[in-house]
Amino acid sequence: MMLATIVPTSTWYLILGAILFGIGMVGVLVRRNPLIMFMSIELMLNAVNLTFVALSTKLTDINGQTAVFFVLVVAAAEVVVGLGIIVSIMRRRSEISVDDLSALKG
Amino acid sequence: MELVVFICAAAMVLAGALGVVLRSNPVHAALSLVLTLFGIAVMFVSQHAEFLAAVQVVVYAGAIVVLFLFVIMLLGVDRAENLETEPLGIQRPLAIILGLGFVALLITAILKGRDALNMRGDGINVASDGDHDANIRQIARSIFTNYVVAFEVTSVLLIVAVVGTVVLARKRKSDKDLIGVAP
Repeated sequence: MMLATIVPTSTWYLILGAILFGIGMVGVLVRRNPLIMFMSIELMLNAVNLTFVALSTKLTDINGQTAVFFVLVVAAAEVVVGLGIIVSIMRRRSEISVDDLSALKG
Repeated sequence: MELVVFICAAAMVLAGALGVVLRSNPVHAALSLVLTLFGIAVMFVSQHAEFLAAVQVVVYAGAIVVLFLFVIMLLGVDRAENLETEPLGIQRPLAIILGLGFVALLITAILKGRDALNMRGDGINVASDGDHDANIRQIARSIFTNYVVAFEVTSVLLIVAVVGTVVLARKRKSDKDLIGVAP
């Protein structure tokens, strides 16, 4: 069978990472809900992680996977701080939209 | 077989990503994010990065998405928002054109660099030399020798994040007290 002999190469993973990054970027640009914007940022981070792992496997270099490990840690810290900021802003406002947050004044 | 796994995982990733961007209810968006993260974890396994796949499931799907859902429920924004109204009319088409152009640029760069990549990499599996723990052992050696300073700085980062969140989330009782106490 013809299909069984096709093996996905690292180029396929890189292209999938590029598409995922594009979707995340459009999400950040289009959506107004700060929570959804955060999720889109997570999508972009995951796209970069996928690219790192694909190249790490392709080039037989483990340092790419180490970079992904650090990206995971930083992403966790970033989400914690960001959600803390969103919660403390939303205590004062009921509507959740980044258009209302154009001024830093509470 | 690998092709089937790739196609299924890619479908999961793309469907989840489109769900995050297009669903109007934030809870549905968070659950779509879980779908994407599991798809990425499957891809990590098929790329012989088993440790990172486990960490992906535990940290992302287990911790970060639960945190998102907690905040959504805490703020009470788990209603569908109206996506029809758009204050800036040109923003959406402009963003989509920008995204498509960026993806096209990236794919062009990937296809241009494919030959150089194929010349450098011989595509041996990082992990499997008949040894099931090889991936974890290699990552551990890399983290705890070459990147040990970065690893320690990471712990400082986590502590700063925890303290910052506590400061942000606590109730501001002390402000009023200070005002009252001030002469």
